Amino acid sequence: MSLVQVTDLTVEFGALRAVDGLSFRLERGAALALVGESGSGKSTVASALLGLHHGTGARVGGSIDVAGIDVQAASDGELRRLRGAKAAMVFQDPLSSLDPYYAIGDQIAEVHRVHTRGSRRAARARAVEVLDRVGIPDAPRRSRSRPHEFSGGMRQRALIAMALACEPDLLIADEPTTALDVTVQAQILDLLHTLREETGMGLLLVTHDVGVAAESVDQVLVMRHGREVEQGPVAAVLGAPAQPYTRELLSAVPRVDAARAPSAASDEVVLEATGLRREFGRGKRAFAAVDDVSLTVRRGETLGIVGESGSGKTTLGRMLVGLLEPTAGEVRYEGHARVGVRPTVQMVFQDPVSSLNPRRSVGESIADPLRARGEHDEGRIRGRVIELLERVGLEGAHYDRYPHEFSGGQRQRVGIARALAADPRVIVCDEPVSALDVTTQAQVVALLGELQRELGLALVFVAHDLAVVRQVSDRVAVMRHGRVVETGPADEVYDNPQDPYTRQLLAAVPALDPEAAARRRAVRRELASA
Amino acid sequence: MNGFGGFLLRRSIGTLATLLAISVIVYVVFYVTPGNVAQITCGPRCSPEQVHQVAQQLHLDDPLYVRYWHFLQGLVAGQDYSTGTSVEHCSAPCLGLSYQTDQQVLSIILTRLPVSLSLVFGAMVLWLLLGVGTGVLSVWRRGRLTERVLTGLTLAGWATPVFVIGLVLMIVVCGELQLLPFPQYVKLTDDPEQWAWNLLLPWLSLALIESAAFARMTRSSMLETLAEDHIRTFRAYGVSERSIVGRHALRGAFAPVIALNANNFGSAVGGAVLTESLFGLPGLGQELVHAVSVVDLPVVVGMVLVIGFFVVLANAVADVLYAVADRRVVLT
Amino acid sequence: MSEALVATRAPEASASGASGARQFWRRLRTQRAATVAAGIVALLVLVALAAPLLTALEGQDPTTYHPSLIDSARGGVPTGSLGGISGHHWLGVEPQTGRDLFARLVYGARVSLGVAFSATVIQVLLGLLVGVAAALGGRWTDQLLSRITDIFVALPLMVMSLALLAIVPQSFPRPVLVTLVIGFISWGSIAKIVRAQTLTLKGLDYVAAARLSGWGAWRIARRELLPGLAAPVITYASILIPVNISAEAALSFLGIGVKPPTPSWGQMLTAADVWYQAAPQYLLLPAGALFVTVLALTVLGDGVRTALDPRAASRLGVGTGRRREAATTANATTAAASSASASSASAKEESA
Repeated sequence: MSLVQVTDLTVEFGALRAVDGLSFRLERGAALALVGESGSGKSTVASALLGLHHGTGARVGGSIDVAGIDVQAASDGELRRLRGAKAAMVFQDPLSSLDPYYAIGDQIAEVHRVHTRGSRRAARARAVEVLDRVGIPDAPRRSRSRPHEFSGGMRQRALIAMALACEPDLLIADEPTTALDVTVQAQILDLLHTLREETGMGLLLVTHDVGVAAESVDQVLVMRHGREVEQGPVAAVLGAPAQPYTRELLSAVPRVDAARAPSAASDEVVLEATGLRREFGRGKRAFAAVDDVSLTVRRGETLGIVGESGSGKTTLGRMLVGLLEPTAGEVRYEGHARVGVRPTVQMVFQDPVSSLNPRRSVGESIADPLRARGEHDEGRIRGRVIELLERVGLEGAHYDRYPHEFSGGQRQRVGIARALAADPRVIVCDEPVSALDVTTQAQVVALLGELQRELGLALVFVAHDLAVVRQVSDRVAVMRHGRVVETGPADEVYDNPQDPYTRQLLAAVPALDPEAAARRRAVRRELASA
Repeated sequence: MNGFGGFLLRRSIGTLATLLAISVIVYVVFYVTPGNVAQITCGPRCSPEQVHQVAQQLHLDDPLYVRYWHFLQGLVAGQDYSTGTSVEHCSAPCLGLSYQTDQQVLSIILTRLPVSLSLVFGAMVLWLLLGVGTGVLSVWRRGRLTERVLTGLTLAGWATPVFVIGLVLMIVVCGELQLLPFPQYVKLTDDPEQWAWNLLLPWLSLALIESAAFARMTRSSMLETLAEDHIRTFRAYGVSERSIVGRHALRGAFAPVIALNANNFGSAVGGAVLTESLFGLPGLGQELVHAVSVVDLPVVVGMVLVIGFFVVLANAVADVLYAVADRRVVLT
Repeated sequence: MSEALVATRAPEASASGASGARQFWRRLRTQRAATVAAGIVALLVLVALAAPLLTALEGQDPTTYHPSLIDSARGGVPTGSLGGISGHHWLGVEPQTGRDLFARLVYGARVSLGVAFSATVIQVLLGLLVGVAAALGGRWTDQLLSRITDIFVALPLMVMSLALLAIVPQSFPRPVLVTLVIGFISWGSIAKIVRAQTLTLKGLDYVAAARLSGWGAWRIARRELLPGLAAPVITYASILIPVNISAEAALSFLGIGVKPPTPSWGQMLTAADVWYQAAPQYLLLPAGALFVTVLALTVLGDGVRTALDPRAASRLGVGTGRRREAATTANATTAAASSASASSASAKEESA
């Protein structure tokens, strides 16, 4: 009998069919990944396995069998006994997934007591034991901490500890590393791998990241629009995809090991920063988000700035465009010292939701730089905006639409059109594709490249994703704790990293090939023990 | 300054600063009015000599900041009042002299304070029990008839002015049914049983009104917590609904309830004006209404200061309680 | 290009205030309780506006004494049955004075609603001014204004109103005075909300984008910030109106607010405990009017809040179960979106 057997599963929310006729099975001790872009219904499947749609108004059809329990027919009591005890779930955002008011050890103990009816003391002891098991240092003491006192990676470990508390047969991990930095992600994936080897529990991994799937599972199921695209052994599906969508998905994934055709960079320096420093806070709580950073950007080239969260890369980007004034150092634009913003240095923002005013039509937003420049002729403004909309792959008729009528990728295109309206020489892109699905991401990256060649733009591409940065950059600067630890031509930095931190970052990037993933895991172990 | 001690220190300094700011606002509002301040302070029946005396006492010839300084000095260090023939010392904290009654404002307030505190403490227990209880129950039984009934009752309570509820209660309970005598204040120290019986109706009418706000607050913050991600975690781990509502959701309502309670307690000490005048309780509120109607300015100012003091103090206590309940506050 | 150019069903569409007023009305209309409440409020406003007309129909006015209709021998009880109800006095007359109750009640609506609405306007304007100034001003401006706001939030309205009403000369028109006092004392909460919202908006990328376009601070405040403040301000104002109604009634009840001969519901209740046996409508009418008005305005306020912020629906529990569910889903999606934007990692929103 399989650990999980799902047959012809459908889930409907009102008129929306989120999952449509999905079937799969997972054997004891095996690992399966549900891979898909947003809206593919993969998380809905994960919730359905625990019967979490019961009583929410969603209609669930087909049969679901988990650890010998018919989830569809189970009573509330039976479902409660399944949840946590036989099948445990780890969620995406480790901060919001734990109760902020109670100590982590108490929360784990609570879950343990629900299923064992044991004593408070035994439950606490078990909580400390599992926390120790997932690698929380000084577990007895740290079990008394509350979630906000833990770092992101530690919180995710704590959630995994909670999952382990009752020794479940099945672990369901819903995007367990999406909110984490790449080095932390690698640690969590390695932990899941080790736990699986040791406890023999089955793993159902839900992820949008093909690399994460390749690192962690034996079987993979690719989903799109609630349906199965294809499923099979991970090496087969990723190595020789049978379906066009899988091929499209794989080709869209940026490769950290693929060199880039050099762009037509000139020697003319348009933007130059020297000794930039920016402090936040006052007194004892003051800290430098960016500390002594110098860099140059030439016409027609792309400078990639890569770093993990808290490395100061966004602060640096905002100083380059003048949205933030540096505490020390200066930014020179075409040789002149600059204070404040100027329209010829533009920015494309990360969040396509908050970067457009929801109350104004996108045409009006794009027209802003034109109007601010003093253009009054409505006909000329409209003409230019329509030209820009078409240039970024939208339609002129979209002028009067509002941001909420567009998808994330389209909104990002609108943001690019708005930046172009100012006839910029430099565009700083702050994580421009990190909120987008991988296929959309590839399209936006391609658009930026085209525009750069056509207009001779200098681009500064700020991102946490090493592969994307390699894909677009001529030169790269690696940031950590507000400083640039390594800088140079992209191929040199990626192929022959000098700084230990750069090496660590590169080793943590998930590989698409399961065999390569195993090799990398070994390298990481070495780096960790060194 | 770190940790809890540092937080307490910072909070105390903040409280003092707020009190100081209130004294400035009160002084400016009441003593920098266009009318004849000395005349208003002294009262309508004062002779010109008395008015002159008061003007000197208030240092009306001095610049504004000097006048305020004397006012503050009186508050902190006490002050001497000459009534023409004799000199009366008013020791700190001196809230001044009521020229109309020839009494020190502080002593007027001190005789009234126990009544107000009796009323508010009793009502507070009731409104917390009623309000939070109703809120929790309506969340626990959400989607059912109980919830609709409770929500309806809460809305009705919210919409009824306090004096209407008090009036109706008094008319029905004391007048028509004659279950209780019309309330009359009896000191706690004289006869605890009579004290409680006589305060029962005032407690109830004040609590009924206030509890509506608590029920709404408890309910809305519990529902807000229930929509958060960590609730999903506990559901996915088989934790029972009772524990999710009673332990995790209720915990999220602590902070807003503490804050609301502090505000209500502070303002009710002096602000239960309606309840007090309705039931004829000789508390601060009733005294304030009286002082306002006869324009006894020193008493009015003293009352505002004392009530402001209670409000600020209650809020400071709430902040500390809040910080104890949720240590993250200390860090920010 | 595989990315569909057809406008997609974006989950956050319902949360954004994009197509503004139309969406708002649609969402308000779907709530039955709020619709009924809106009807009652409209009726009350109509009665208040048409007060002279209505009393002219009855043939009475609110201030004329009718000594012939009260029995001075029995201490001023209205003669005739049911407190003097007749074809001339539809709801009877006031004890002691014999003034027409119907006329006083409809004119009372004028005072009640007029004072409450005008006071709300003052509160909103002050709150906007202080809140925006605190959020956009420097560190010290913010500190100072925020502290002052805190004090005004904490000050009990009743006490301050009472005290202020004491020092103003009797000649000052009372309804105006009550309006000013309420308006200038309890603007603190709205200022706090405005400040918080302005700070949030100020940090949004579209405001940064407007700066990069080359616009000045004033234009950005007007075009990008103020429209974003509309929803929270309207929401809070709709909560304030019923509170202000109660405040006016309470002050008048104590004899410090609106004074005779100007009629006010609160004032009519002052002597009700003495007269309720002789003329029960003397108690029931103003109490009922107050109750209905405050209730209708509160329910309408809840409805407005839900219509402007679908997430509030789950908190307030208004609307039907099905809608509440939809709101919870929207909530989850927005939460996912915000957590996605908060972390610099590539969080993907997974639609439910």
